[in-house]
Amino acid sequence: MPYLLNLPSWIFLMVFFVIPLASVLALSVATGNPEIGYQYTGHVHEFVTAISTYQTQLIRSFWYGIASTVITLAISYPVAYWIAFYGGRNKSTYLFLMLLPFFVSFIIRTLAWEFILADQGLVLGHLKAWGMLPQSFHILSTSWAVIWGLTYNSLPYYVLPLYVAIERIDRRVVRAANDLYADTRHTFLRVILPLSAPGIFAGFLLVFVTNVGDYVNQQVLGGTGTYMIGSVIQDSFFTNQDYPMASALSSVLMLLLLVAIYLYARTFGTDTIQEYSA
Amino acid sequence: MNEHPKPPPVQGLEIDEALLRGLTEARSSRRGFLKASAGMVGLAPLLAACGVAGTAASGKKNKEFDWTAWWHKQQPTTELVFANWPYYIDTTSSGNKHPSLELFTKQTNINVSYKEVIQNNAPFYAQIAPVLQAGQSTGYDIIVITNGWQLTQLLENGWIVPLWMEKLPNFQKYASPSVKSPSYDPNSKYSVVWQSGFTGIGYNPKLTGREITSIDDLWDPKFKGHVGMMSDNTELGSVGMLKLGIDPATSTRDDWQKAADVLNQQKPNVRQYYDQSYITALQDGDTWISQAWSGDIYQANLKGYKDLKFVIPEQGVMYWHDNMLIPLHAANPLSALSWMNFYYTPKVAGMVADWVNYISPVPQAQDYIRNVIKDPTVADSPLVFPTPSEYSKAHDYYTFKNYADYSHWNDTFNPIIQS
Amino acid sequence: MTETALQPGTSIDAPPLVRSQRRKLSSYVLPAFVWLVIAWTIVPIIFMIIFSFNQAPTGRIAFNWFGLTGTWYRNVFAIGGLTQALEHSLAIATLSSLISVVLGTPMALALARYRFYGKAMTDMVIFADIAAPSVVVGAALLGFFLTLNIPRGLATILIAHVAFSVVFVVVVVRARVSGLDHSLDRAAADLGANPWIAFWKVIFPLILPGIVAGGLLAFAMSIDDLIITTFVAGQAVTFPLWVYGAVKTGIPPQVFVMGTMIFVAGVVLAIVNTLVSRRSPAQT
Repeated sequence: MPYLLNLPSWIFLMVFFVIPLASVLALSVATGNPEIGYQYTGHVHEFVTAISTYQTQLIRSFWYGIASTVITLAISYPVAYWIAFYGGRNKSTYLFLMLLPFFVSFIIRTLAWEFILADQGLVLGHLKAWGMLPQSFHILSTSWAVIWGLTYNSLPYYVLPLYVAIERIDRRVVRAANDLYADTRHTFLRVILPLSAPGIFAGFLLVFVTNVGDYVNQQVLGGTGTYMIGSVIQDSFFTNQDYPMASALSSVLMLLLLVAIYLYARTFGTDTIQEYSA
Repeated sequence: MNEHPKPPPVQGLEIDEALLRGLTEARSSRRGFLKASAGMVGLAPLLAACGVAGTAASGKKNKEFDWTAWWHKQQPTTELVFANWPYYIDTTSSGNKHPSLELFTKQTNINVSYKEVIQNNAPFYAQIAPVLQAGQSTGYDIIVITNGWQLTQLLENGWIVPLWMEKLPNFQKYASPSVKSPSYDPNSKYSVVWQSGFTGIGYNPKLTGREITSIDDLWDPKFKGHVGMMSDNTELGSVGMLKLGIDPATSTRDDWQKAADVLNQQKPNVRQYYDQSYITALQDGDTWISQAWSGDIYQANLKGYKDLKFVIPEQGVMYWHDNMLIPLHAANPLSALSWMNFYYTPKVAGMVADWVNYISPVPQAQDYIRNVIKDPTVADSPLVFPTPSEYSKAHDYYTFKNYADYSHWNDTFNPIIQS
Repeated sequence: MTETALQPGTSIDAPPLVRSQRRKLSSYVLPAFVWLVIAWTIVPIIFMIIFSFNQAPTGRIAFNWFGLTGTWYRNVFAIGGLTQALEHSLAIATLSSLISVVLGTPMALALARYRFYGKAMTDMVIFADIAAPSVVVGAALLGFFLTLNIPRGLATILIAHVAFSVVFVVVVVRARVSGLDHSLDRAAADLGANPWIAFWKVIFPLILPGIVAGGLLAFAMSIDDLIITTFVAGQAVTFPLWVYGAVKTGIPPQVFVMGTMIFVAGVVLAIVNTLVSRRSPAQT
């Protein structure tokens, strides 16, 4: 039965993802350049070079990824919780309204933010005029601007999985907790939070993994010293045309992300209490 | 349907099912991951048998081909597929029609399919290179590429059709001498310029507090945190060399290193290495002084940012060109030539320059714009029609000889931007 | 206990223990926070809407106020290339989300409820799909299409979008499915339902929010994708592609107008949905 359910996706992903990706990643053990072509020599020195040259960018990307994911989680959880528990009849409407801004092009949203957050713009300009901020303060062109951009654009990707997981929680369980004299804090920590674990994990997967590899936010909002590994991969591919390096970097990135997810799963778990009760 | 297997009863112990499952069922199966990755790696030997072909061979083949005979065999057609950058041709104010193209269709009966598909040189090259390498048609008759590594590659790989100069009398007659035989395409064998531009310095005198005259001003510690530089490493490296008085077109690898060193010294002053969005930072006042393209500053002035100024520093400016090329296997090469010839007249070049506001390759378009279109703002602007003294300060970019050359340039300048 | 609503998700007010504590948190702080967040997400949209009414003497957007005008709304479809790009994007996004949901939901069900050979491998593939940098995936697909001589265009864009969206749908739906009470299946079977009916009448309604959420995510991702689309688009142009390319010379105001129209359409849809559900008898 499960095989039948999986078959369409398996075929599709095998043909249109696994095979193409494998052939490109195989280039990481190739040597050559665009003029003379590439031979699969099996040398792994590319990986070593990749890690040693770009370790700063790798570490930085993971830091931005963690920071933006944690902040996104902190913002998304209350929102998802409120919509799921108190949204009432209009739950899906609120959810939809939450998502709607993200159907409008990323470029438009970012252009608007650049304008709003300009050094002497609407927000900072007034704060500075009222003496609340020093003149030299700026948001744009800093690493915090990059994290801001990452967080902002990740919101729907965390709110949605959290919402679907929280909304599923049986209210009777919450009531049972209350019947057993649990106050709000305990109900939350002991009952709701663990039950929403699959949502937290799903969101973490979607947000953390994509953010670490992101580069657009940095390109527009970041200053010097904020370069991320995603940009390096893009440069390697397009500008340098160094396909072995680009492949090696991609492989390293994916491997490191795998390790991170694995560590998360081991520490926090992805399952819920209910799974054990079947 | 109970898919969770019952744990075997442990001898003599009544262990809670859930607890046992928790102990034995790894949440993310380590063994599973290893098995999966082994599967992936197993593909590798399969691919080891193959390789990826290089492009050097096709280049030689193209150069030895008899193009004159080929051109004579071509039949005129009534279609033209023109690929260009968005918003890079005259457009009516409500947005849709392109008067120059319509005029062309009226005069020659050739229908133009104008496609604004080029967003940047490198991605576009990455799109068409595999197609051309496979010997297939890109579907385009004219493409517009900036001079740089991608253009050099297209020429080296033999993927561009050499132009039939006899069919381009207007080019000989009207083209500015500065575009007639550029260093990257001697004798204009393969390309004719569409629009050009200067990369100089843009600044806001109200914020800098003084006039800017020299590239050294980009290094001025008074502007710390408000200097914008470009993230394109060709632009960045070139300006570094200009600062040291080195002509980029004839530079050596040692020169590149010297430029890199001086750029590294500048780094603490730089706010950000921008792509084309440097103009937003200038407009908003986040940067006070920046590397800039002439056309952007002109446009910014029109958009209401009248404070911004463009200056040609004493060390000189970089002079770039966006070039029209005919890719291999184009379906309508004669139509392409027809358009190129049509464009190189004061009237048509004037129509386009009046809208695009970058440097026109036809100097006589200036009179057309002044007298017929009656737009003195554009006609008198040195950003669209530079004076000879300004041309004398214009420098060409370094033309890369081969991939190793290009690679070395990248290795020299990328770390500045990427760290 | 007479409990009429068996399904989780019923909005029963949580029992009023510690009344003042509950009221403070749930009545004021939490909603205020939520509305603050929604406001935050909408801020750039407001600016987009405002400046879509701005005059633009050069035909390009500037964040300088020149004066009100409705010209851009009157001529919103004047730029042929842009309009066509928008049409393409909307069509592809809709199709992509539908197909992703159809492909992804069964897989999510299988992953969450069954054990089977290749489960770990499937998890890996899903993970790799999310983690793989767009540049690499785009280049890989282009090479693939070229080798098989598949002409690049709207069809290949659709395929590429489904390839990266389906896994997002799987992850979201799986979060919903995991923990779904297995006793529900047994109850349905006990009541004489075959697996097919059990699915449609029992499981499906329960996971529907997850499916819809996954579909919406897939839509949002598809309509905004730039890098992968660049590679596999061939001569076709989508909305983000067109806009990104125009940034160099300046974006026309019609871009803002179109963004506004998309946003307003969504708001109208939401309002209509609210009104309609108000009319129908109380359901969850």
